[in-house]
Amino acid sequence: MNNGRRSYFLITTTCFGIAFLYIPMILLVIYSFNKSRIVPVWGGFSTKWYGVLFESEEVWEAVGLSLKVATVNATFAMLLGTLAGLALVRFGRFRGRTLFTGMITAPLVMPEVITGLSLLLLFITLKEFIGWPDARGFTTITIAHITFSMAYVAVIIQSRLAGMAQDLEEAAQDLGAKPFRVLVDITLPLLAPGMLAGWLLAFTLSLDDLIIASFVTGPGAVTLPILIYSRIRLGLRPDINALATIIILVVAIGVLIAAWIMFRQQRQRQLELSMSEEN
Amino acid sequence: MSTPAETVDAPQGLQKSLMSRLLQFAQRRWRGLVLLIPFAWLLIFFLAPFFIVLKISLAETVIASPPFTPMIEWVSDGIMHIRVVIDNFAYLWEDDLYAKTYLNSLKISSISTILCLLVGYPMAYAIVRADHTMKHVLLMLVILPFWTSFLLRVYAWMGLLADQGTINNLLIALGVIDDPIRMLYTPFAVYVGIVYTYLPFMILPLYANMEKLDWTLLEAAADLGARPITTFFTVTLPMTMPGIIAGSLLVFIPATGEYVIPDLLGGGNVLMIGRVLYNEFNANIDWPVASAVAIALLLVLVLPMMLYQHIQSKESESS
Repeated sequence: MNNGRRSYFLITTTCFGIAFLYIPMILLVIYSFNKSRIVPVWGGFSTKWYGVLFESEEVWEAVGLSLKVATVNATFAMLLGTLAGLALVRFGRFRGRTLFTGMITAPLVMPEVITGLSLLLLFITLKEFIGWPDARGFTTITIAHITFSMAYVAVIIQSRLAGMAQDLEEAAQDLGAKPFRVLVDITLPLLAPGMLAGWLLAFTLSLDDLIIASFVTGPGAVTLPILIYSRIRLGLRPDINALATIIILVVAIGVLIAAWIMFRQQRQRQLELSMSEEN
Repeated sequence: MSTPAETVDAPQGLQKSLMSRLLQFAQRRWRGLVLLIPFAWLLIFFLAPFFIVLKISLAETVIASPPFTPMIEWVSDGIMHIRVVIDNFAYLWEDDLYAKTYLNSLKISSISTILCLLVGYPMAYAIVRADHTMKHVLLMLVILPFWTSFLLRVYAWMGLLADQGTINNLLIALGVIDDPIRMLYTPFAVYVGIVYTYLPFMILPLYANMEKLDWTLLEAAADLGARPITTFFTVTLPMTMPGIIAGSLLVFIPATGEYVIPDLLGGGNVLMIGRVLYNEFNANIDWPVASAVAIALLLVLVLPMMLYQHIQSKESESS
């Protein structure tokens, strides 16, 4: 910047902001190794809370259910969201477009309590009239999650399609490919990275959701956030710190791998570009 | 388009021709299908539920299963009886508690939005102006918390703010205070929690907006003799307004209906509408009142939501 004082201010706020984001999580990790039962009072190093966590059958069951819901949700949300994104960007004007756009953007900001309540009332009404779903649990949670995560996928696909050069598609069309062929052979492969990003986002959103799942779940179906919530409502618990540490570790490794792959791809592309320039 | 062989041997042939027919159908009607599938899904699972909520908000509470009166009853001889009661809305209107709760929710979400903006704006600005590598590192640092559990990030603050928590322990050890300051289960804790968890939602739209701007305008303003403060208010701020509005709405709307943060960090002392809704439904099992609370909340939020959608569609048209 032209002004030294100003960039000093910017650096300070950024450091403060990053510290604000990370210090609570770092403390969460540190206290997971606390011997003492009282979380914020240090009583020596110990890994016993990890043992407590792994011995709990409830935790394993909740992890299993959450992963199952997240995987099925991410797959369906990716497919539906991609179709929605395609329709929004490539179809121009069609009947009901305004309604469709509204239904795609609204779930992004809709308070979760409203989505949760309305979906539960829908499931209850459906059961009354057509007898399905006869029990709430895996199916109802997954349907609820697909409904809001497909909106996020649609937004990712939409921005990717909008930023994508159309020359390959036009070339294929000029060479006589039918629109459907162009979609399958050109557009979808180009969209694959966006679809993968959408899948990952939908997967994470599902793993993270507490409110909507606790509205539409039934007896016996406890997802991981529901389990965590029922435990921390009563106060701090060291075994939850241990669980948090594991989640943070998994996410950090995942993001680092993704960043590394992206970095390598970028380098590869730059290398190819400079080589083709030399020729 | 190549015509598939119609005369093939069954059953393998039948399967084949079925497949090719399906493919043919897909090839002819794919545009319709692409649109129909997500459209139908959203109509059934997103739009229809709101009408059910509206219907139940106009019913009376009864002790039965389901715990509300039907809207349409067939009395006898095909006489249809439609019963609509607005008692639930009248009840919300008359009971001070609800009005106070709505106002308090709006107050908390507005102040949190402004706080997010004050912290997020300089951060987004710094990320945009950072050099290439630093930019990516900072962006990743901002996005990373978003991928970890929301619930656990709120939980982290329970440990920091508790009477026996890290902050109080630290202040007592340093001799700044003698007795712990009460922070957990106060409005302060709710503000901290909302700003902490929603900050990425403010930074990312701001960053997306700022990245597209022509920053040479700032130099032009400086060359023409504008002081930095004048440049900021006459050039930077107006240019970044779309990002400010988008980020603020992304924080304001969900924060108004927030449940987890007021429940875990605010305790019983902070009234917010999301919590009232949840409790009416799950603890009091009063579905009609819960539905009326939801409809009223939607009415409060419908304008900001439409504004957000308007900005989004303008954004996607311009790009």
